[in-house]
Amino acid sequence: MASANSISPAHADALIEARGLRFAYEADRWVVDDVSLKLKHGALAALIGANGSGKSTLIRLLAGLRSANAGEVLFSGQPLNDIPRKRLARSLAYVPQINPMIFPFTAMEVVLTGRSPYTPRFRFENRLDVQQALKALATVGAAHLAPRPVTELSGGERQLVAVARALAQEPECLILDEPAAALDLKHRAALIRILRQLRDRQGMTALMVTHDLQLLDPAFDRVFAIHRGSLLAEGSPGQVLRDEVLCRVYEDPRVRARKLEGRTFVWSGT
Amino acid sequence: MDVSGQVSKGAESSQQSTAASPQRPGSASPAAPRNLTRTMILVLLFLGAATLVSLWVGYRLLDFSLLREDETARSLFFQLRLPRVVMAGILGASLGSVGACLQAFFRNPLAEPFTLGVSGGGTLGASVAIALGWGITLAGVPMVFLAAFAGSAAAVLVVYWLSRTGDVVMPGTLLLAGVVVNLIASAGVILIQYIADYSRALQILRWTIGTIDVVGFDRIWRMLILLIPGWAILLAIARDLHLLAMGEESAASLGVDVRRCERLVYIASSLIVGVAVAEGGTIAFVGLIIPHAVRLVLGQDVRLVLPCSFLVGAGFLMLADALARTALPSGELPVGAVTAVIGGITFLGLLRRQRRFSAI
Repeated sequence: MASANSISPAHADALIEARGLRFAYEADRWVVDDVSLKLKHGALAALIGANGSGKSTLIRLLAGLRSANAGEVLFSGQPLNDIPRKRLARSLAYVPQINPMIFPFTAMEVVLTGRSPYTPRFRFENRLDVQQALKALATVGAAHLAPRPVTELSGGERQLVAVARALAQEPECLILDEPAAALDLKHRAALIRILRQLRDRQGMTALMVTHDLQLLDPAFDRVFAIHRGSLLAEGSPGQVLRDEVLCRVYEDPRVRARKLEGRTFVWSGT
Repeated sequence: MDVSGQVSKGAESSQQSTAASPQRPGSASPAAPRNLTRTMILVLLFLGAATLVSLWVGYRLLDFSLLREDETARSLFFQLRLPRVVMAGILGASLGSVGACLQAFFRNPLAEPFTLGVSGGGTLGASVAIALGWGITLAGVPMVFLAAFAGSAAAVLVVYWLSRTGDVVMPGTLLLAGVVVNLIASAGVILIQYIADYSRALQILRWTIGTIDVVGFDRIWRMLILLIPGWAILLAIARDLHLLAMGEESAASLGVDVRRCERLVYIASSLIVGVAVAEGGTIAFVGLIIPHAVRLVLGQDVRLVLPCSFLVGAGFLMLADALARTALPSGELPVGAVTAVIGGITFLGLLRRQRRFSAI
C-alpha cells in the first residue's frame, strides 16, 4: 500500500528540503526568515530554539500545513504544494503540540483516523486498519488505552495517542511538535527509543521540536538551531550543543553544555 | 513501555499478520462499524414508529374504513395530515443534521443553528421578504427561501468572523456572538413587524413562533430543490467533519482540505437552515438535543452521528408536532414552543455538565 503510493524516488538524497523559506503572520514581521535546510532520509533530527523563535511555524511549513510567503519545500524532490493532500498524508505525518479534545472519542477512534488517508471517503475502516491502529498503539506502549475516552486521559497519555495516530499513517517521515513536553522522564526516553527503532528498522525519518536538550546527544543524528526565525546552526549534536552556540540560540550567556558519560548535559545558571 | 512492537509497512505485511492471527481484535476495536446494521435498524424502526404515530393522531384519530370510503376524509388526510407529517420530518432532519455538523465543525457541543444565530439570521431575512410581500418564486424557488438563506449565511459569517482569532475559534465567543446576532435579528424582526402593515405583521408573528402549517405537497417539492443539495453536501463531508472534530491541525495533516470543508459547511448549513426557518419559523434546540441523544447511544463517530441525527431528528419533530397538534383540547400549540421547552432544559443540563470539563 504505502510502497505503491510512496512519493519518493530513491535518488533524492534529502527527504525534506527547504529553500529560502519565509513566512509572516503580519506584514513585514518575518517569523521564519530565509530558512534553507535539508533533512536526509532516515535521519533523526531535532529543531531547537528559544520560545517564539519560529520553531512551530517552521515545522508547520515543512509539514505542508501552511504555505510560505516565499521559498519552497521539497518532499522527495517534489514541491510540497504539488503533492495531493491525501497522498502526502500517507508519507508525512504530523503530531501537533497541543491537542485539546472536546468530544470523548476513544483512543482507538483517534488512532483509527490515522488510517483515513488509505480509506475511501464513504467507507469505515476495515479489520486490517483496526490491526494497524492496535499495532501503532502497542508500539508506543499505549495498547491498554485503546477503549478509553481521550477526554479522560492525562496530557502525556494523550500525547502517546497522538504519536500512535501518526504511526498508523505508516509515514516515511514524522514531524513532531514538542512531543516530549507532556511526558515524564521515563516516557520521554522511551519515545526517543521508539523513534530510533523506527529509524533503524524501517528507515523512518523524524524531525522533532524540543526544549529538552539532554535528549539530543547521542540519540539524534542532526540538530537544527533557529534564532529569531533564521537557522543559526546545524550539525551533529556534538557540534551544536556547545556553549558559544547555545548562548546565542537562547540569548543567555549562562548556558553551559558539558559531556558526561557519553551524553551532553545542558543547563543555565539560576 | 513496550518498545518491541513495530509498525509494519505496507499492505502485504499487514495481510500476512492477519493470516497469522485471524482472531478478532478485542474490546479495543471500534464499536461503530460492527454495530452499524443493528444501529440502522434501530434508528429506522424509531423513524417508522414516529411516522405511524404522527399520522395516526390528530384532530381526529386515523380511521382506515373512513379513509377508504369517504372522499373528504381522504382529501383531508392527503392534503393536510400527510404533508404536515412529511414537513415535520423534513424540518427535523434538516435541523438535526446541521446541528451534528456544526457541533463537529466548531468542536463545540453547544453549537447548533439556534445558538449560533443561524436561525435568527434566517428569520430576519425571511421577515424582510414577507414584509415586502415577495410572494414571487424564482425558478420554482420562493423568494422567502432565498432571503432566509441570505440571512442565515450572513449570520454564520458574522459569528464565525467574530469568534475566530488566527487558527483558533474561541468557544465562549462563538456562542456569545450567536446570542447577540440572534438578539439583533429578533430586534430587526420586531421593527419590521411595526413598520409592515397589519396583516403581514400578523403573518410574521405567527410564523416566527415556529409552526408547521402546510397544505398539499407543492411547497415541499420547492423546499426539496434547495434542501437535497444541502443534505448531500453534509453527508459527503461527514468524514472530514469526523476528523475536524478531533482538531483542525490534525485533520489538515490527515489530508482534509480544511478551507474547502469550511466553505461547504457555510453553504450547506445556511442553505438548509435558511429554508427550514423560512418554512417552519424558529424551531429551537432540535439541532442541539438530537445529536446529543444520538451520541449517547451510538458514541462519537461523526460519520454515524450525522446521518443518524438526520433520521432521528425527523422522527423527533414528527412526534413533537403530533404532541403540539393534540396537547390542547381545541386548537394547537406552536411546535417551536414544544421543542424550545424540551431543548432549553436539555441545554441547561448540558451547560452544567460542560462546566466540569471547563470546555467553554
